[in-house]
Amino acid sequence: MVDVPLGHVGTAPEADSGDIELYHPHSWVTKYVFSQDAKIIAIQYSLTALTVGLIALVLSWLMRLQLGFPGVFSFIDANAYYQFITMHGMMMVVYVLTALFLGGFGNYLIPLMIGARDMVFPYVNMLSFWVYLLAVLILVASFFTPGGPTGAGWTLYPPQAILSGTPGGQDWGIILMLVSLMVFIIGFTMGGLNYVVTVLQARARGMTLMRMPLTVWGIFTASFMALLAFPALFVGAVMMLFDRALGTSFFMPAIVEMGQVLERSGGSPLLFQHLFWFFGHPEVYIVALPAFGIVSDLISTHARRNIFGYRMMVWALLAIGALSFVVWAHHMYVSGMNPYFGFFFATTTLIIAIPTAIKVYNWVLTLWRGDIHLNVPMLFALAFIVTFVNGGLTGLFLGNVVVDVPLSDTMFVVAHFHMVMGVAPILVIFGAIYHWYPKVTGRMLNDALGKLHFWVTFLGAYAIFFPMHYLGLMGVPRRYHEIGDMAFVPASAHTLNAFITIVALIVGVVQLVFVFNLFWSLRSGKPAGGNPWRATTLEWQTPETPPPHGNWGKDMPVVYRWAYDYSVPGAADDFLPQNQPSAQPVQGTAHG
Amino acid sequence: MAVALILVLIAVGSVAFHLVSPWWWTPIASNWGYIDSTIIITFWITGAVFVAVVLFMAYCVYRFRHQPGRQAHYEPESKRLEMWLTIVTGVGVAAMLAPGLFVWRQFITVPEDATDIEILGQQWQWSFRLPGPDGQLGITDARLVSPDNPLGLSREDPKAQDDIIIEGGEMRLPIGKPVKALLRSVDVIHNFYVPEMRAKMDLVPGQVSYIWFTPTRTGTFEILCAELCGVGHSHMRGTVVVQEQSDYQAWLQDQQARGFARLTSPAAQ
Repeated sequence: MVDVPLGHVGTAPEADSGDIELYHPHSWVTKYVFSQDAKIIAIQYSLTALTVGLIALVLSWLMRLQLGFPGVFSFIDANAYYQFITMHGMMMVVYVLTALFLGGFGNYLIPLMIGARDMVFPYVNMLSFWVYLLAVLILVASFFTPGGPTGAGWTLYPPQAILSGTPGGQDWGIILMLVSLMVFIIGFTMGGLNYVVTVLQARARGMTLMRMPLTVWGIFTASFMALLAFPALFVGAVMMLFDRALGTSFFMPAIVEMGQVLERSGGSPLLFQHLFWFFGHPEVYIVALPAFGIVSDLISTHARRNIFGYRMMVWALLAIGALSFVVWAHHMYVSGMNPYFGFFFATTTLIIAIPTAIKVYNWVLTLWRGDIHLNVPMLFALAFIVTFVNGGLTGLFLGNVVVDVPLSDTMFVVAHFHMVMGVAPILVIFGAIYHWYPKVTGRMLNDALGKLHFWVTFLGAYAIFFPMHYLGLMGVPRRYHEIGDMAFVPASAHTLNAFITIVALIVGVVQLVFVFNLFWSLRSGKPAGGNPWRATTLEWQTPETPPPHGNWGKDMPVVYRWAYDYSVPGAADDFLPQNQPSAQPVQGTAHG
Repeated sequence: MAVALILVLIAVGSVAFHLVSPWWWTPIASNWGYIDSTIIITFWITGAVFVAVVLFMAYCVYRFRHQPGRQAHYEPESKRLEMWLTIVTGVGVAAMLAPGLFVWRQFITVPEDATDIEILGQQWQWSFRLPGPDGQLGITDARLVSPDNPLGLSREDPKAQDDIIIEGGEMRLPIGKPVKALLRSVDVIHNFYVPEMRAKMDLVPGQVSYIWFTPTRTGTFEILCAELCGVGHSHMRGTVVVQEQSDYQAWLQDQQARGFARLTSPAAQ
């Protein structure tokens, strides 16, 4: 598996990907604005997503202020509160995490890691970003419309999402949300097709599927899943838009709105939930699988050790991806669907824990007998394992149908999904930015600021979300503008809420250190060289850093080995780049 | 060293928090002690895995930290180890799933002797309906809802004539008698949730869902709406008062008399 006979590579037909005539930008605008270069598009995606992330962060502050200090901030009334939680949730899940992992990391890393010059459809790739930006603008515009954005919760359950008892339900809010989602999905489809086809068609000579870095496997699998899952959300959005704007009854049974009987009948609110979660559960893994892949590469590189059980890791990714399409109704155990579905969905949901656990074992077994460099990307990777294991294990409570009954719709759920698909993937995003920033800019991020950012973010996030589970166990419901007086909620729980809010504010503020570091290091960071982490994968072997348009200069890379030849016995260095033919180091290889 | 120490502190601290923090579930007031037991089993298994993984990481970070001259061990995979880990994980998962499914079967299987009651949600209040002397609930339809028929009862259905309607958000139940709650909404989705009963289910417009439970302790318990239902969501509260059989019967007689008075009053003609 590791060694491939050189003769085989030598007789492979000439790669035609290297000879494709690339478009050549002629002006500043076509080079940096309407760029067709995947790397520029990646940066555009990433900066846009990070900006949306900062907006979502501020929204989370506002909702935490209300929860921690109810009644103190009078401008956060129930309307505003529900608008904040809705926009925070939708922004983070779709417009930040999905866009950043696939549009950001996918665009930057896929062509470089598989040894291609660019995505296979560069023009469509460019359109993908601009359509995404349009979706973001439509979403943000809803803050400035009469009635404000929708406050239906990020799950947008009808009928309340389109009725007058909900903020934005009978105003522009819900319409703009649905239109924005539809536009986002159109933009994503352009990008997603690119990622999948590029991985399948444009790999360098010798880069077999089973030699690809797990980062590429994660992004590839997630993109494929997203292409299958997002259409369900798309049709759900179209149907709800028709219900809202044209008076159809897809999701509307005979119903009363504020005492008035409406002219609707025959629709099913549960139908929307099935469509939403058929998208929504794979969506969790669309965010998680790229994080799984990236963190595998961070751990392997910084522990100077091959990822343990590579083949098992690939099969586990694919198994999780496939299983994630048959678990969606575990979000609906108490939705009033046929309760017998509970047996099936609890079983599939708990089965998915097995391939997921295998991944965790292989990460920690990669650390075992490694040579662990505790630099900032590695710290984030370790923190990912802690938070992901924590959040994954609480998923075993919620997936196990009867255990879900008391916990569903409480703060336990909020704590669980933030830990597992908020904190954990975001820690990977940070780790990945610290890891690849030197390739993108040619300079290292500041280490001291990075460590400050890491410790406050990791320990703070854990202090926010770990105790929150116990509020839910006690029975404190989620999505409550104010808990008020509940006999079973002791005063100490309110103290805990205030504590969580204060920590959340601190963790939020420290993100500004990270933003500062991003800009400061651009000019003042330590020059990185071409391969500062002494990594094996192709993106670190480009002739120039940052890689120019076309990535590889004159000669396309040829791949001779898998992505994890670290500390190979007998080799002179503790890493063997994928494009290095023999175990002996080649003298004078140019690493810009 | 510091990193390994902090990892150990996270593992130990999380367990300590679990054991000593004052935040825990409310004392149970229904027959669903099995749910609590399943949660406890799940806590033990998942807690052990969490502590094991984090402590193992801490060990690795300490033992295999970078030092001059250290070289990592090159070993792409170990089928034997991976197989054993998969099997052990499978057993652990089964140990949680099996009791879970067993209790779920009970949760959805309503006993023969359960009393039907109806719980109706509408923005943002709870109403209840009990069968009258005929022991059956009459037909309803959301299209019949009006100010003097807030629950949308069918005037044509004789079974609906004697139904006891309780508005104002306070429901009473006798202790020790299983109740099948039929859940209905006339506007948006709500969720009937009483933390002490461990029971929770959505009320979905256009259909009737159900849960059942047996109150095992007298007292007053809060009903919360647990499904976002608009701006008034957090104010949609009610109470369940669980009483001894004799107190409950007295209350029921009184409600029946009031229902009769309402039916015979001029407004209903």
